[in-house]
Amino acid sequence: MKALVSLASSTGKAASGIEGFDAITGGGLPHGRTTMLGGGPGSGKTIFGMQFLVHGALHCGEAGIFVAFEETPARIVANMAGFGWDLEALQQEKLFFLDAQPLPDLVQSGTFDIEGMLAAIGAQAADMGARRIVFDALDVVLALLPDAAAQRREMYRLHQWLLSREITGLITAKAGDDMASSCLPRPSSFMEFMVDCSIVLNHRVELGVSQRNLRVQKYRGSTFDEDEAPFVIGNTGFNVAITRLLGPVHGVVSLERVSSGVDRLDTMLGGGYYRGASVLVTGFPGTAKTTLSGAFAEAACARGEQTMFVSFDSDGAEVIRNLTSVGIRLQRFVQSGVLSMTSARTMTGSAETLLVRVKSLAKAHGTRCLVIDPVSTLAKAGNELTAHGVAERLIDWCKADGITLFCTSLLDEMGSQANGGKPLHISTLADTWIHLNYLVQAGERNRGMSIIKSRGTAHSNQVRELILADSGVTLADVYTAGGEVLMGTMRWEKESAERVAKEVSEVAAKLKRVSLDAEEAVLEVRAKSLQTELVAKQVEKALLARTTESRERELARGRTRMRELRGSDESAG
Amino acid sequence: MSRPVEAAEEGPGAPVFKFRLYVAADAFNSMQAVANLMRFCREHLPDRYEIEIVDVFREPRRALAEGVLMTPTLIKLAPAPVKRIVGTLSEASTLSQTFGLQVPA
Repeated sequence: MKALVSLASSTGKAASGIEGFDAITGGGLPHGRTTMLGGGPGSGKTIFGMQFLVHGALHCGEAGIFVAFEETPARIVANMAGFGWDLEALQQEKLFFLDAQPLPDLVQSGTFDIEGMLAAIGAQAADMGARRIVFDALDVVLALLPDAAAQRREMYRLHQWLLSREITGLITAKAGDDMASSCLPRPSSFMEFMVDCSIVLNHRVELGVSQRNLRVQKYRGSTFDEDEAPFVIGNTGFNVAITRLLGPVHGVVSLERVSSGVDRLDTMLGGGYYRGASVLVTGFPGTAKTTLSGAFAEAACARGEQTMFVSFDSDGAEVIRNLTSVGIRLQRFVQSGVLSMTSARTMTGSAETLLVRVKSLAKAHGTRCLVIDPVSTLAKAGNELTAHGVAERLIDWCKADGITLFCTSLLDEMGSQANGGKPLHISTLADTWIHLNYLVQAGERNRGMSIIKSRGTAHSNQVRELILADSGVTLADVYTAGGEVLMGTMRWEKESAERVAKEVSEVAAKLKRVSLDAEEAVLEVRAKSLQTELVAKQVEKALLARTTESRERELARGRTRMRELRGSDESAG
Repeated sequence: MSRPVEAAEEGPGAPVFKFRLYVAADAFNSMQAVANLMRFCREHLPDRYEIEIVDVFREPRRALAEGVLMTPTLIKLAPAPVKRIVGTLSEASTLSQTFGLQVPA
């Protein structure tokens, strides 16, 4: 950027009410001086002039005079009605139209001057206290003058007249068709050197796309942004886009988290996206970018936040129908007015125009969460050069307004841009970048999701599998085996194999326990039988002992008896 | 061209030409226009012309009301139709043509 030091002070500036323009020039046109506005047909000169007067009358307390050389005031009033300016009401005291068209049957004989007009305007200006005057299409009257010297003389006269009255003057004149050269054709070129401020409006067509640009060529006594600034003529008049505000962005940095609509993704991000953050989802076609957008939108709507879904791909109703298949039901929110579906497929025009339209729609809707699917459309043919600036301004604007932005980008488009055109570079601007890709394995395509970056939030480094089911969107852990990530059926197979293995081992353990039980029982039984056997042996042994004893006693008794019978005298022994 | 003009050539009884000339004070163009108009009238419309000279600086409202923005501007009020000529009126032939007069060769 240039040195834009003292731009904040707007002393000596007459605000034009064109937001971007006042920022570029640090306050507006030079007050009490003359500004030249050049441009080709349809470049918006008259609108610029009119807006300058309307703003002065409504907001600066400065009455104005519009000198129309080319159109009747009635036609101008009718044409400007579309911008919501009530010129009829203003005309009572704040605005005066002077129909200065040369009459078609005007006969000319010899040279003339514009003293009559200046005298008439002077009287009118004094009556109403006009501080602003627009001379629209001065070249029309200059063309009637016989030679360049006379033209120069009249321009000088006009300039001096304006300066002496310290009226802020805006003179518009046609520039040549050759837009490459910013120099206006004679005689207006002379005017450019004379005036204090010179503005050039460009209207180019690149690959069939209209691109309007405004450039401040000179501005005596003030610094200004010298670059061409794209502008759009929208439904509120001029809208000059500036890449960066010449001051701090007044966004409120929030610590509040908003849900992504996918529980596990929230967990991965440590609670969700930050409010006011810009989220970018990249991926090839069909990687469920829109589905993630839908999940985000549904969650936002469920919180009761005004949400806008801008689809560049398909119709709003189509998006809703398609999202229903994964359990994201948005229709009810559309009916309640919380969700606004905008199909931008039908919007034509430059990226700049699209941004302005989205902005005005969002303003009207009071959007807190904005989904743009896909944002890479901005870079379509004819807009390559401007798309990046537009994307930047989109993010800046969202941040300044505290809108949480969720945009998707087609990766193959980004790839093609890297080859030839200018890439959108939005990924460097986004706060959170989620990448979706396909993993092709074993004849299958599965969706993988990873968080590439997420400023200020802890986030998981792991790739997750994104699963779309009737019931909604979920994430699943992926398996890594031998350095490869397993997804889809392979993940399922792996899971089921693990389940089987677990079952098998459980059964085996059970079996083992049972067999041990059996062995134990056998041993116990054996122990018991041995015990019994032991007892039997002991009994047997005791019996044996007893039998032996009794036999010996019998024997002894038998012997004694025999002796007795034999009458032996020998002593028993 | 138109009948009243032809009648104008007949001397007495011919219509009187009424002119209003807007000038910007004593600006060079304006002074020239006054002189050129006077001469033209003397030569082509002797005794049947009336000229009113309006200074836009003195009567800007009038100029505005009549839509006179360039000076000098001559308005031929009578006979009809009303015609306007802008400039110094340096070419007598243009004037004659515009007023429907036949210039004596």
